[in-house]
Amino acid sequence: MSKELIRLVDCCMAYDGEQVLDNLNLYINDSEFLTLLGPSGCGKTTTLRIIGGFQKPTSGTVLFNGVRINDVPPHKRHINTVFQRYALFPHLDVYDNIAFGLRIAKLSETEISSRVGEMLRTIGLVGFEERKVSSLSGGQMQRVAIARALVNRPNVLLLDEPLGALDLRLRKDMQVELKRIQQQMGITFVYVTHDQEEALTMSDTVVVMDKGVIQQIGTPEDIYNEPKNAFVADFIGESNIIEGVMLQDRLVELFGRKFPCVDSGFAPREPVDVVIRPEDVDIVPADAGHLCGTVTGITFKGVHYDIIVDFSGFKWLIQTTDFHPVGSYIGIRLGPEDIHVMKKSKYSGMFGDYSSYSAEYDEIGDSELETAESEEAPGYEE
Amino acid sequence: MKNKFLAGPYLVWMALFTIIPLVIVLYFALTDSVTGRFTLSNLAAMKDYLPIFLRSIWLAAISSIICLILGYPVAWCIAQTGPKVQRFLYMLVMLPMCISFLLRTLAWVAILEDTGMINSLLGRIGISPLPLIRTNGAVILGMVYNYLPYMIMPLYTVIIKIDPRLVEAAQDLGCDHAQVFGKVTLPLSVPGIVSGITMVFVPAVSTFYISQKLGSSGTTLIGDVIESQFKTAYNPNLGAAMSLVLMILIFICIGLMNRFTGDDDEVMTL
Repeated sequence: MSKELIRLVDCCMAYDGEQVLDNLNLYINDSEFLTLLGPSGCGKTTTLRIIGGFQKPTSGTVLFNGVRINDVPPHKRHINTVFQRYALFPHLDVYDNIAFGLRIAKLSETEISSRVGEMLRTIGLVGFEERKVSSLSGGQMQRVAIARALVNRPNVLLLDEPLGALDLRLRKDMQVELKRIQQQMGITFVYVTHDQEEALTMSDTVVVMDKGVIQQIGTPEDIYNEPKNAFVADFIGESNIIEGVMLQDRLVELFGRKFPCVDSGFAPREPVDVVIRPEDVDIVPADAGHLCGTVTGITFKGVHYDIIVDFSGFKWLIQTTDFHPVGSYIGIRLGPEDIHVMKKSKYSGMFGDYSSYSAEYDEIGDSELETAESEEAPGYEE
Repeated sequence: MKNKFLAGPYLVWMALFTIIPLVIVLYFALTDSVTGRFTLSNLAAMKDYLPIFLRSIWLAAISSIICLILGYPVAWCIAQTGPKVQRFLYMLVMLPMCISFLLRTLAWVAILEDTGMINSLLGRIGISPLPLIRTNGAVILGMVYNYLPYMIMPLYTVIIKIDPRLVEAAQDLGCDHAQVFGKVTLPLSVPGIVSGITMVFVPAVSTFYISQKLGSSGTTLIGDVIESQFKTAYNPNLGAAMSLVLMILIFICIGLMNRFTGDDDEVMTL
């Protein structure tokens, strides 16, 4: 399980003097589901294309099973790719699309037929053999693209935002499906997405990237519970990020008040960023609270309410299943486990303040991200 | 629905200058030149011109294929360059079309004739003049030269639109450069090949000026014969019949080609 398969050593990539990847170091284990996660322009697609052989790093080494493969062209790598928006061959039907790689490998037609048939059963498209790809729905095209890559039994499957064009319901189904296929076939998946929920749901390992630099590598739980800096904390889920001072191990000062926490290893009186997840906050009557504030906004989200609470000028997002009307004065309590302390970074002060929060915030943020992604996609300029 | 009326002027135009003339051609083709009565004798006379029909089709077909062989690599290469170079090269391809068709053909006469540029150059190094002009070869050369841009344009338009990710997908699935071309680029450029061949073949098969200037009496094409029916033989009825038969032959050729290349949705039908 933990055998190393791919390693990127000090990989840099620059287009026209613009640094896209900055000394990237990463290893990928055999049979692992690894996700490269980050906003558009963070270098995740470039990283994927370097592994696939479509781009050569400006400097650095790419190793596959310990062998340098920088100069090996894509068609000689035991790696297959599921491209953004599928890239199915429009002049071929479903069967011929899936059989494409096997025909190049000059397998016998009987072997091809049995492997394509097996693949069609896996993706649930038996009976679609002679359909033109242009007559398929997005989800079906997606499945064909996955089958076309997997039928070659690659060591590694690269997936470049494969679910980006699907609607939410289908995306959720395909997430489960992909995870199932990956576990069933035992193939290493390297998955690129800007959707943090997708990354957390599917991955064994998540690599969070921004501006060509890896911000954090870890399991989904690590990334969510122990973000390394304000960027990771904000990009993965919702976070209130507050400036604090580490008084001593397991004791942090926030808003002039001392809170016990579980973090240690900081210098005495070191300024730090403190992450409080909106769902970890306990709401209590004002007289019993560690901190007290006024509710300034409330949004019904289905399972819970998002409420914005003003603590002497700094606004927090808190998620609660109880209704607290705007204007009510409430208290909160924070247990040691609810507080996560991070070192200061260049991202300090940039994230985690909900002063400008509006109910549409999420949607606006997401759609901006997606348009940016799709605009840049054709030229792979990420 | 008001937008429909915007097509009105063209519909009127088409009725006046396409449909009605076609009816007139049909009328002339099926009537006697003297009595004006219905007759099939004009069409029956076609059999005398069968060799000329065949030669026209043959020379036009050869020219189309040479244009394809010459034009495809050019179109492909242009499509691989950067946007600025692309615009420049495309302009170069189009440039000859800005000069009169007649002038361009006459230029070839000056180059190929017995005392022309090539032969006088050969004479100077002591080689006897070659029979360059008044041959099938000269006619084909004229057709290729004049119609090559019509091949390159549709090919370029189709090749430029091939998604680069399809090329990468093919590489990803194990194709080397030659296989990428054979399995992806070439099949996807079929619509361009079909419309390119159509755009070269149709004017080439009915041309008369090229064969008059670069050919001889032995290379008379059907276009020449039709022209002479109207201008010297004064038999518009026979000329109309020939035009009609030529048109039907062209339709058959295009139909065969479209059938041969499969029912691609983008295939241009004329």
